[in-house]
Amino acid sequence: MNLLLGISNGDLAITAVLTGIGLVFAALLIARLISPRSYSVKKSEPYECGIPTRGESMLQFKVGYYLFAILFLVFDVETVFLYPWAVICRTLGSGGLICIGVFMFILILGLAYAWKKGALKWQ
Amino acid sequence: MFDFSVVTNWINTQLLSIMPDWAAVLIECIIIGVCVLGAYTVLALFYILYERKLCAWFQCRLGPMRVGKWGLLQVFADMFKILIKELIPLKGTDKFLFKLAPYIIITASVTMLACLPWGKGMQIINYNIGIFFVLAVSSVGILGILLAGWASNNKYTLIGAMRSGAQMISYELSLGLAIITMVLFAGTMNITDIVEAQDRGWFIFTGHIPAIIACIIYVIAATAETNRGPFDLPEAEHELTAGYHTEYSGIHFGFFYLAEYLNLFIVSGICSLMFLGGWMPFHVSGWTGFNEIMDYIPGIVWFLGKAFFISFVIIWFKWTFPRIRIDQMLAFEWKYLMPIALANLVVMALCVTNNWHF
Repeated sequence: MNLLLGISNGDLAITAVLTGIGLVFAALLIARLISPRSYSVKKSEPYECGIPTRGESMLQFKVGYYLFAILFLVFDVETVFLYPWAVICRTLGSGGLICIGVFMFILILGLAYAWKKGALKWQ
Repeated sequence: MFDFSVVTNWINTQLLSIMPDWAAVLIECIIIGVCVLGAYTVLALFYILYERKLCAWFQCRLGPMRVGKWGLLQVFADMFKILIKELIPLKGTDKFLFKLAPYIIITASVTMLACLPWGKGMQIINYNIGIFFVLAVSSVGILGILLAGWASNNKYTLIGAMRSGAQMISYELSLGLAIITMVLFAGTMNITDIVEAQDRGWFIFTGHIPAIIACIIYVIAATAETNRGPFDLPEAEHELTAGYHTEYSGIHFGFFYLAEYLNLFIVSGICSLMFLGGWMPFHVSGWTGFNEIMDYIPGIVWFLGKAFFISFVIIWFKWTFPRIRIDQMLAFEWKYLMPIALANLVVMALCVTNNWHF
């Protein structure tokens, strides 16, 4: 792995992040300088297709989203654990395959349980 | 294949001969920043025109035609228009988070863009866990969308952000599993090494059936990941006006627009690197003359051509399939796509350990 120009990856990543921040900052600055500005009470209200806002804007949302977030957490961590195995799968051979098979079997069991309990159903 | 690191090394030695180390690094970082910024804006402008023209052609229209030849200057006109629009101050928003959201989204997509190699040696961030880093940064982008919806003090944006979050985190799983399948086949996470491993043939050809299935799963998941139709429920116009960016006006909205198109390029670019061989030319074994001609086409043309082709397919989806409901979308991911991706991973592992591949 040869690095670009001998600069460390960390420095390059920081450069990229600063470039992104700089892009947003510069564009906002230009927009602030050349865009018109006016103020009215009606304009600063939340947009609801032209009718006046009714009630609180921070309304309750379905618990279903939360359930899927929890399920995602489990399987995302699983994916993270699979990456190192994927890199050295060739050298580990069939022994590694059996070990990861047990790991994946437990997780698939978890998915099957969630499925049976109805966590995957949107209601 | 032309190695671009010859050029970068020449610049490096020239700079080091006239100034101390730290100044050379600083100047090189500035040059890199300017290059990334240039690539970012040019790609965004190109993609806006590309999508508008393709949409028009799919609907038997001409698309933008008035500004410049074939409407080529339309995107510049749009950019200037969006810059001079007013930034409306809103009542009841969480001001800090509202302004932070565009920074997070743009920064995530710039960092991902810097990770993609456009040709041999034309890569900026070259971690040995490259593809994993890209996936990690793409998760940060989801955070920006959630913040944008949450901070806007609007019912539509809140629902749009929740839908978007549920969709993006769900489809990230099958995206990751499809990529793991290819990491397993290549035996490395470094993007350059993955492309180098496709020297004898692109993975979609050498990887047997599991590679083809992984590619199909990846394209479907990438469509959902970029919030494009048929998975565009976060910004379903008929239900939520514009989803999570309803309350953003002027250039603030422009940032979401830019990041959306750049994410389209990035997912297509990753597909091109992981499955279609990146900058590697198309070779048919035995056809020596044909292979020689293909070698003359520069690597950057191959990479961009493949990426634009995948983007074309993703834009094509939008105009072919109707939008699906949220329960159908989540059921499709959790009951079909992810189990298939997991099974596909096991099949690929069996293929790799038993050497059942070309």
